[in-house]
Amino acid sequence: MAQLTSARRAPGLRVAPSFSERIDLPQRVVLVAAGSMIAIVVLLLTFVTWQGLQLFLKDGVSITQILSSTWQPDPTYPPVIFGLLPFIAGTVYVTAVALIISTPLSVGLALFLSEVAPNWAKSIVQPALEIFVGIPSVVWGWLGITILVPFLSSTFPAHISISLPIVGTVFGMPGFLTGFSWLAGSLVLSVMVLPTITSVSYDAFQAIPQELRTASLALGTTRWQTIRHILIPAALSGVLTAVVLGMTRAAGEALAVQMVIGNSPTLPTALTQPLTTLTSQITLDMGNTVFGEPWQDALWTMSLVLLAISILSVVLVRLINARRLGA
Amino acid sequence: MTTAYTPASEPSGGRSGSLRGRRTGSILADRAATVLLWGTGCFVLLVLGSIILHFALAAWGVVSVNFVVGDPSETSLGGILPILWNSVYILVLTMMISVPLGILGGIYMSEYAVENAITNAIRFAEESISSVPSIVVGLFGLILFVDDLHWGFCALAGALALTLFNLPLMTRLSEQALRAVPLDERSASLALGATKWQTIRHVVVPLAIPGLVTGVILTAGRVFGEAAVLLFTSGIGTPVHYNFLNLDITNPASPWSPFRPATTLAVYIWKLNSEGLGIYVRQVVDGSAAILISMVLIFNLGARGLGRLLTRRLTAA
Amino acid sequence: MVTPTSTQEPMIRRVEVTGPVLDEASAGHDVKVATVHVSILYGQKVAVRDVSLDVRERSIMALIGPSGSGKSTFLRCFNRMNDLIPGASVKGEVRLDGEDVTDKDVSVVELRRRVGMVFQRPNPFPMSIYENVAYGPRRRGQNDRRQLDELVETSLRRAALWDEVKDELRRKSGLALSGGQQQRLCIARVLATQPEVILMDEPASALDPVSTLRIEELMRELRESYTIVIVTHNMQQAARVSDITAFFTMAEDRAGYLVETGPTGQIFTRPNERLTEDYISGRFG
Repeated sequence: MAQLTSARRAPGLRVAPSFSERIDLPQRVVLVAAGSMIAIVVLLLTFVTWQGLQLFLKDGVSITQILSSTWQPDPTYPPVIFGLLPFIAGTVYVTAVALIISTPLSVGLALFLSEVAPNWAKSIVQPALEIFVGIPSVVWGWLGITILVPFLSSTFPAHISISLPIVGTVFGMPGFLTGFSWLAGSLVLSVMVLPTITSVSYDAFQAIPQELRTASLALGTTRWQTIRHILIPAALSGVLTAVVLGMTRAAGEALAVQMVIGNSPTLPTALTQPLTTLTSQITLDMGNTVFGEPWQDALWTMSLVLLAISILSVVLVRLINARRLGA
Repeated sequence: MTTAYTPASEPSGGRSGSLRGRRTGSILADRAATVLLWGTGCFVLLVLGSIILHFALAAWGVVSVNFVVGDPSETSLGGILPILWNSVYILVLTMMISVPLGILGGIYMSEYAVENAITNAIRFAEESISSVPSIVVGLFGLILFVDDLHWGFCALAGALALTLFNLPLMTRLSEQALRAVPLDERSASLALGATKWQTIRHVVVPLAIPGLVTGVILTAGRVFGEAAVLLFTSGIGTPVHYNFLNLDITNPASPWSPFRPATTLAVYIWKLNSEGLGIYVRQVVDGSAAILISMVLIFNLGARGLGRLLTRRLTAA
Repeated sequence: MVTPTSTQEPMIRRVEVTGPVLDEASAGHDVKVATVHVSILYGQKVAVRDVSLDVRERSIMALIGPSGSGKSTFLRCFNRMNDLIPGASVKGEVRLDGEDVTDKDVSVVELRRRVGMVFQRPNPFPMSIYENVAYGPRRRGQNDRRQLDELVETSLRRAALWDEVKDELRRKSGLALSGGQQQRLCIARVLATQPEVILMDEPASALDPVSTLRIEELMRELRESYTIVIVTHNMQQAARVSDITAFFTMAEDRAGYLVETGPTGQIFTRPNERLTEDYISGRFG
């Protein structure tokens, strides 16, 4: 019988860990890669905020001034007023109408794909949606300017009104003079945000466990009743998230919108009138201004407003979903 | 509230009439809803189909070999070679920087990260950058690269700005692709005495390749079509003829150099639209847009197809 | 109550049948639901082959058999839930009160109101207890508050859940109940649609023994007013609860088929078929 002496004992587990075990180099490296995003955001926020505040700090413009609706930045035509209201309002208006148009369509499409479409239909529509996503914004803008704008101005050039027999004119607005208008901008934006809202809503509907559908159907309800009373409430936070993401994309879109809205820095009174957004004004003026002059500082302030909107929407999305997880 | 069984709620152990011919309101509503929902699907297909058709028709007389390899001209239809070159150049440069960074970041988020403050911060950063309007990302590139670092408008500034733009999505897609690798494979590797990094390198990443490739191609499609980021970083010039034989990359005149302004296809479209000079503008833009869409389509379908091919080869092997 | 002599060796188990015994003579009730030469296919593959079965009013029929023998698939034809499975097709006739429910003209929605189903795992909706129970009637257009209140109370009483939840009907979510309570809530939910037939697909298999016995008690009570068909893999449960038992098994081509049907007492003590006896005594399955 072999005797186990200490001299012949096999090396056990008490071997000192190697260098690579002690310091997990790969972990450090990939952490730096992932952490670079934090650095990027911090830098971005710092730079843009700093530049954006110059209008107040260096040029002495007051906050009340930027809320005025007069935009006269050119120093050769005094008085110079940096009123940002037309742009903020423009962004809000164009985004709001785009969401009104797009949300029902997108949620409907998401429901179609999730609940109604047979597999063969899904396999056609889903790739189509992905291609939709891939179309660059300048192309949407070009389509808008070559097809939509002429269509609007040729089809509805005159005064648009809806009259009922006894009541008289119920609704009226001036026609599309050139076609470059609020509505054109919203229409273009609505097709651009459609894939975003659809895909996030689709994920929300897919996440609902199948058992809830089976339980509802087994109680003798129709599919639409199941959708309306069970699925939509269950997916609500997902759909809200989708709409917020769509809103962010719409508000941040620059080129496509700029090509079709007419770019007149006034507050529109009707869907048929031209307007301007924060993004389009920045795009137009940045090239004509000099770094450091108040005009450009105002553009930076507009960028800051855009940045604030986007960060706020990230926070909003987190709030919407935090409540759901907590409950 | 009642406390005893009342006749109104007696169980129907007996019969309650035929099952046929019940046209209640709820069934009509269901039919109407079904029709409407099908309508949304058809609407999307219709819009997409018309767009593709429109560009196919509009670009019919314009796009030709001469168009693709020719130089821009003010007197005739000309071509878009230098611009196309710039698009590809900036794409490759951007991918070279953002893909490794993105995949490494994805490895961290998928394999190493625990739910702590840093991870939360990274996710918040990811979400924030993807929400920032692309024009603002471009402006950031303007301050940092073009002005503060005094590089001026150049392809490198554009590529770096596009990297910032692309990084969150690349990281997220990589993370997803890596997470999709089943737990069993990792357990098997670790149970054989491999270290965590060895497992990642030899098991997880290879298995995630199809998803990673799909992610790269999808983001490439997005980058190719992006214009707002590049407006104020790589510039909006009018490209002239490029001498591809000039291989000196430090020379701004060489098309191989990253230190020169570089107008890409998407930017060119926007520029032509806003300046609108020349009688051939409409055709040139239609042709450029058609090529742009085709490239994006190729990227998109290629990503799906390649991803499926790779998955099949991987799982069949 | 079952007193198995041993659970290890494949000896013949003594099974005492204490459930209500319905012999042929006292089966004066009419046939409520029936299948006539029903086969169910998933695409080309036969899942259930040629089953003809009668279920009498106000009785409990148990479908037993090894797993894979098509019992649940067969159960689902009574309320046409197989329609939801892509590629599934049903041949033959399924009858409710003599009417063929597989006919194209038949309203599936109406069928499912009259033939309700309780599932293996409780699946209450993310709503209050009240709203869970009121869901079915509301979708049918019942909006009168007093009538709904009555209906909810009656259903919860019949499901033996009323006393436990009566003070929290609107405040408490259906998901906040225990497993056994959730299943009783699902039963109440089905009862609120005032069905005639209740299908139960292994209703107690996800529950603890105490809840299981309560559900079984419930079934015996419900039998007075409803026709019940239950699928169970638990033979003792079938013996405790049912009047008639149907034994299914799987053929060599993996299709399920009906081996024999009979009064529960007889099936468990003197079955006609060898296969049945082998299953009952634990020799397979």
